[in-house]
Amino acid sequence: MKLFSKPWLWSWLAAAAAFAVTAALTSGRGGGELAYAALSFGAFAAIVGLGQMLVITLGPGNVDLSIPATMTLAATLALKAMGSQPGTAFLGLGIALAVGLGAGLANYALIYLLRLPPIIATLAASLVYQSVAIWSNRGLRIKPPTGLADFATGRFLGLPNVAWVGLALAIVVWVILERSVWGRWLLATGQNLRVARLAGIPVELVRAATYISVALFSALAGYLLASFSGGAALNMGQEYLLMSIAVVVIGGSSIAGGDSNVPGVWGAALFMFLVVSMLNSYGAVAGLRNVLTGTIIIAIVIAASTRRNRA
Amino acid sequence: MSDHENAPIVTLTDAAKHFGPVRALDGVSLSVSLGDCIGLVGHNGAGKSTLVNLINGGLAPSSGKIAFAQGQTAFGAGVRSVFQELSLCANLTVAENLRIAHSALNGFGWRRRARAEIRASLDAVFPGHGIDPDAEVGTLSIAERQMVEIAIGFASRGSEARLVILDEPTSALDAAIARQLLAHVKQFCANGGAVVFISHMLGEVFEVASRIVVLKDGKVVAERPTPEFTRAGLVDAMGHVAAESGGVATARRDFGPEVVRTDQGLSARRGEIVGLSGLAGHGQAAALARLFLSRSSAWHAGKTPDVVFVAGDRPRDGVLPLWSILRNISISILRNDATRGMVNRQAEAAVAKDWKTRIGIRTDDVTNPVLSLSGGNQQKVLFARALASPAPVVIMDDPMRGVDVGTKQDVYAMIRAEAARGRTFLWYSTETEEICQCDRVFVFRNHAISAELNGTDITEEKILEASFEMREAS
Amino acid sequence: MSFLARHRIILPVVSLAVLLAATFYMQPRAMSYFGLNLLFNLAVPIALATIAQMLIIMVNDIDLSLGAFVSLAACVTATSLNDAPLLGALILLGLILSYALLGAVIHMLELPAIVVTLGMSFVWGGIALFILPAPGGVSPDWLRTLMTVKPPIAPMAVVAAVIIAAVTHLLIMRSGIGTVLRGVGGNARSVARAGWSLVRLKALAYGLAGLFGVLAGMALVGLTTSADANIALRYTLLSIAGVILGGGEFIGGRVSPTGAVIGALTLTLAASFLSFMRLSPDWQIGAQGAILILVLTARLIFSRKGAEE
Repeated sequence: MKLFSKPWLWSWLAAAAAFAVTAALTSGRGGGELAYAALSFGAFAAIVGLGQMLVITLGPGNVDLSIPATMTLAATLALKAMGSQPGTAFLGLGIALAVGLGAGLANYALIYLLRLPPIIATLAASLVYQSVAIWSNRGLRIKPPTGLADFATGRFLGLPNVAWVGLALAIVVWVILERSVWGRWLLATGQNLRVARLAGIPVELVRAATYISVALFSALAGYLLASFSGGAALNMGQEYLLMSIAVVVIGGSSIAGGDSNVPGVWGAALFMFLVVSMLNSYGAVAGLRNVLTGTIIIAIVIAASTRRNRA
Repeated sequence: MSDHENAPIVTLTDAAKHFGPVRALDGVSLSVSLGDCIGLVGHNGAGKSTLVNLINGGLAPSSGKIAFAQGQTAFGAGVRSVFQELSLCANLTVAENLRIAHSALNGFGWRRRARAEIRASLDAVFPGHGIDPDAEVGTLSIAERQMVEIAIGFASRGSEARLVILDEPTSALDAAIARQLLAHVKQFCANGGAVVFISHMLGEVFEVASRIVVLKDGKVVAERPTPEFTRAGLVDAMGHVAAESGGVATARRDFGPEVVRTDQGLSARRGEIVGLSGLAGHGQAAALARLFLSRSSAWHAGKTPDVVFVAGDRPRDGVLPLWSILRNISISILRNDATRGMVNRQAEAAVAKDWKTRIGIRTDDVTNPVLSLSGGNQQKVLFARALASPAPVVIMDDPMRGVDVGTKQDVYAMIRAEAARGRTFLWYSTETEEICQCDRVFVFRNHAISAELNGTDITEEKILEASFEMREAS
Repeated sequence: MSFLARHRIILPVVSLAVLLAATFYMQPRAMSYFGLNLLFNLAVPIALATIAQMLIIMVNDIDLSLGAFVSLAACVTATSLNDAPLLGALILLGLILSYALLGAVIHMLELPAIVVTLGMSFVWGGIALFILPAPGGVSPDWLRTLMTVKPPIAPMAVVAAVIIAAVTHLLIMRSGIGTVLRGVGGNARSVARAGWSLVRLKALAYGLAGLFGVLAGMALVGLTTSADANIALRYTLLSIAGVILGGGEFIGGRVSPTGAVIGALTLTLAASFLSFMRLSPDWQIGAQGAILILVLTARLIFSRKGAEE
């Protein structure tokens, strides 16, 4: 029974069920393509989800609403710097990560110096990032360098390259959370900030590092997504705000903080893509899709809360 | 009030209240009639707040009976309480706060009536108070808030207040304002109201109370008209009946240089066990928390911390509830054995196993959740967390809550041994027995040090004397 | 306690006045009936949405679904309310009641409002798409007439803003029940101890928010004459910003309806001002963010000064 107490299991079961139902409709044909697409698109949700998970782990009230703006800004500036020239992929990556670092620092500075609730701080900052992105984008659609685009859409050992990146990041995050001192500090801070401080943990350092991490993850996701889809668009990050929070919640991490769940994020990311495919293949209109997605999120939150109350 | 004139407002018959195995109130019989002013005194944990919560209907007794005159509910019988912790809405004005407490106050022009009512009540209790009914409570001083709270307690609110419970009402008031309150309480009782008055200022209790009830360990140990008590007799009644002498004979040891000194006057030397005593809530915990925060950083953590903290309020300050016993013990020492930022899990497990046996944590496996332990055993986990770290100064905020007697002796021995090896302990406790383990004791009253006791001076009487204001209410 | 901390309405008023003065300086022709109408054209729905958000923030929660909800209300207004007024009105009433139910559920199950409203934003958005898969619909004539009426002296948007501020001020700041609702944000425990049912109070606060959300959607349709499912998505962020600009605080029940309306006007004006400055429209969103940060910084400085005194 120990397996069933693992909260990440449910998101994987749900993903598997969605996969089976969708595949059944095509009577098994196209199952491989469906899995491939789920891994490709799920990777972006998983990467931003991992970042959001770290922030949500920090405890109640912690959330980063600037993820879409950071993604867009990082992608826009990186593509601009690369200017479709071959051999500039790493320059672009560097630019994207620098943007992420700056955004993370700015977010945390607003939270710490102005003592703003993270929701407002990241919201206000995201408006500024969005403007900078609009200004620098200017409606131009710069293509990513061919090599980079090939990498982002390519595959290795049968799996999409972006999925490998997402998988590698998940392993790194898992190791940090489960095995490193810093991970223990983060989990302790999320359970109770005051207890953590009284246990001698440098809680502000932990918070700062976490907000910087999520911005770096967003920047990387933006960079990859722009390379994958052949250019940066101003609304490219839009759906990832809700998505990032949804995959954390569905993946079994505690919204109250201190308890995070790395495998669950991936399961939930696949599930979110597959459920849309499933509804599509059954001919559901966009409206119904959204209603079901929202209902699933709320049902999971309610289920999680009754589980907590019983414990 | 006609035929209810002499009927008691509230009668408790052998009322008891248990919280799990803790007997907070252990069979109390008491009745309060109109015209009574009852002074309720007792040491920490004697059961005062539980008794108050039974009388105001906030809690139901586990056994025994409680009956109110006129109607069944406490509020219907005219029982009002003024709580020790401030319970106003800081974002509302004074008059609006009356509206929260007084639900019948509505309809057109309620604001005018609320203003008039609270002003009348404030004028009656604190003449010349200078509080604007339209001022937002958040902008008032602590003393003014306390005055507003008291005035709401005495305000008519639809039905007359007949019994007002005042829990440490003067703690935030200066002497002149406190005098006004005492005068009003006497007046209120003379006019047929009743008051239950809880205070650590014995002078005030002697001045207003017609009867004094002494609580100890959840029982009424003395109940007599005020003139039959003397101050010394009252302190005796609150303390242990057979007062054992100064606890352990602490051999005079030589201490090292001073390692702690605060602006408040708190100091400690290397290898010394320093106690903080006095009634709960008089600033001891805050002083220790301030000391800890000033000696540690939220931005960096060295390999060996300067101070460690043992919490007594476990959910708020100590336990990490989602984690195992092992992780709870090791959190403060992770840096010591870490290689390249990774936790050394063997070393961590070894430390946890070692402390499980040394301090006797009752569990078969340290990987069990910390919440599977009883309160006393959780407390041992917090001790282990602090003592496992090499920090030279250990701060303990009432750390023995829920710890059984046998373990206490073990922990005392452990603390003495660690002190002999040169660690310094600052130990706040509400239990006199624990304070008697200390080399030096600071007694707190009203957020300041009221006495410093050394060696053989550390006795229950001396501590009680310094905890209670003995002077006349000036 | 400093003067500014005591009268928290001053900062929003000054912000709006400074911005208005700057606008008139840049573009003197705006100082007219027609100019003001243009400047504040879209202020009415934003002000109503800001009030809705304020009611949620008042009880220490936050609503991330408001934009989707206003869009849905707009879609219903432009379709059902126009085609079958009775059915439309019933649907809108149902939306308000479901908001009240949401508040009760969030309180009873101790759910995090931020996640639940996030999920609800999918639900509202989905229903809106269902009703109006493509932009379209028609505003009921009476609504169109109401929103484009030309009152004497001051333009419609300004008059409506004053009326909204006055009504909500009476409801929230002056009435007895409004006082209790603010008490929930200030000290829920003491409100419960005085015998109030917190579930009902939360349901009431959410229900009122639903009412103002529906009004925002209707006003928006009256101005734009048609609707689409994404018409008001920006309102989630705008409304939060408006509440904060108006002197509201995130926790503690410290809100100001007048301030919220002024905050909404300031945000609307900021967009117009920037276009007068010939600043490219690229920067308009960013300027809103920057204004938000500036005002919060100013408030922090004033409250620090207040604490020192």
